[in-house]
Amino acid sequence: MSETVRDKVIGIIAEQAVLEPGDVTMEASLQDLGIDSLGLVESIFAIEEAFDIQVPFNANAPEDSEFDISSVAAIVAAVEGLLAEQKGD
Amino acid sequence: MRRVVITGQGTINALGHDVPRTLEAMREGRCGIGELELRDVERLSVRIGGQVKGYDPDARFNRQQIALYDRFTQFTLVAAHEALDGAGLTFAGELATRSGVVLGTAGGGVNTWDENYRSVYEEGKNRVHPFVVPKLMNNAAASHVSMEWNLKGPSFSVATACASSNHAMGLAFQLIRGGVADVMVTGGSEAMLSFGGVKAWEGLRVMSKDACRPFSANRNGMVQGEGAAVFIFEEFEHARKRGAEILAEVVGFAMTSDAADIVMPSEQGAARTISGALKDARLNRDEVAYINAHGTGTAANDRVECAAVSDAFGHHANELMMSSTKSMHGHLIGGTGAVELLACIMALKDGVIAPTIGYEEPDPECALDVVPNVAREAKVDACLSNAFAFGGLNAVLALRRAP
Repeated sequence: MSETVRDKVIGIIAEQAVLEPGDVTMEASLQDLGIDSLGLVESIFAIEEAFDIQVPFNANAPEDSEFDISSVAAIVAAVEGLLAEQKGD
Repeated sequence: MRRVVITGQGTINALGHDVPRTLEAMREGRCGIGELELRDVERLSVRIGGQVKGYDPDARFNRQQIALYDRFTQFTLVAAHEALDGAGLTFAGELATRSGVVLGTAGGGVNTWDENYRSVYEEGKNRVHPFVVPKLMNNAAASHVSMEWNLKGPSFSVATACASSNHAMGLAFQLIRGGVADVMVTGGSEAMLSFGGVKAWEGLRVMSKDACRPFSANRNGMVQGEGAAVFIFEEFEHARKRGAEILAEVVGFAMTSDAADIVMPSEQGAARTISGALKDARLNRDEVAYINAHGTGTAANDRVECAAVSDAFGHHANELMMSSTKSMHGHLIGGTGAVELLACIMALKDGVIAPTIGYEEPDPECALDVVPNVAREAKVDACLSNAFAFGGLNAVLALRRAP
C-alpha cells in the first residue's frame, strides 16, 4: 500500500513540476522542484481526487496546517496518515 | 477643471439594510459575519459569510420584478433607492441624457446560474425560465437602474474581480470630470453566497473557516460577503446650484495592472496605484489621514498592502490610520469597494474611523495603525480607498471633505 501511495504522490508532483517521476527525490521540497503557491494548491487538489480524501490545508498559513508539505517524503507520510484516518486503511 | 462631489449614498449589506444602520454597526465595531444559511451548506467546508439576513424580496419588489431581478440586482436597486432619495434628484430632459450608471460586479447573477444549472444538470430538466439570460447578465443591475430612474447617458458594468466597484466609481468620476456626464449613479453589488459561489472560493484554499482578521498575525484568510452600495456622483456646480447636501468630494483616481501574476498581489503595483491616485488628486502625502484598506485578511494581501503603503507614503505611513472594514461586512468581491466607500465618507463627514475588528496579534509585517477593534474619532481632510484585485488589477480612489 505504502509503495502505491508513494508512487501516486510522486506522479502527481512530477506532473505539476513537469519532471520525470525518477527526478523527484523524497528529500526535495516543492520549492526545490519549482512548484509555486498555485501549483501547491493544485497538487493538493490532485491528491484529494486521487485518494478520495480531505486534506486540511490553508494557503494563508501552510506552516500551521496539519498537512506537512516540507518535503515529498513528508507529503507521502501525511497522505498515509490521512488515508488511515479517513479510510481506515 | 470640473469637480465631482457625492450627493447620495445607499446600501444593503451584512451590517445593515441601509446607510444609517451600516454606519452605526461600523462605529460600534459590530461583526456581520456569521453562519451561512443556504441550500447544501453541509457540503461546504467554509460555512461562514457576511450574509444579508432578514431580507424579504417580496416586501421590496413585485412578482414580475423578482422574475427579472437576480439577488445582486435586487441589492443594487435597494441601495440605489436610498441613494437617489437622499440626493433628491429626478431625471428628465437634458439632465437624463447627461446622466448614467456605472456599476461594478464580479459575478453578476451567480444565484441565477447556480439555480438553473441545478435544474438542468442535477434535476435533469430540459427547460429553464425564459428570463434566465436577462437575469444573470452582469449588466442587468446597471440596466435596471437606468430604466428605473430614466438615466440615458453612459451606462455599463465593470468586472475586475475585487476591484470592480473601485474601477466603476473611478470611471464615473472621470466621466463627470471629463465633461461627458453631469450625474453618475455608481458603486457595485455582489451576491455570490450560493453553494456554487462559495464552493468555487473554497477550492483556492484562501478562505478562513472562523473569522476575517485583517493585519492580525493569526489571520487565516478571507470571508465572503454580499450586498451593494450605490452613490450619486455629481458635478460640483450642478450640486451647488440646486443646494444639494454634499457628503464628500472625489478628487482622484488611479488604475494600474501588475502584469505579473493571476492571484499574487504586487507591492510595486499597489504602491504605484496609491501614488498615482495622490498625484491625480493633487494631494500631498501628509494630507491623507485615513486609508480604507483592501485588507482581505489573507497572508499575502495584508503583508503586501502594508509594504506598499509604507513605500508610497514614506514616514507619513506611520502617522496615518488604515483599517479594513471587511472584518465586519466580509469581502463583497465586486461590490466591496462600494461598501467600503461608506467608511471613507463617514471618516470625512463625521470624523469617525471604522475599526479593523478581530484584531488579536500584532504582525511585524503589518506594523501600521490599523485602528484595531475600536472605532476612533479623528479629523480627516483626505482619504484613500484601496482595491487590489485577482488578476493584478489595482484601483485606488482619493476623496476630500466636502468643499
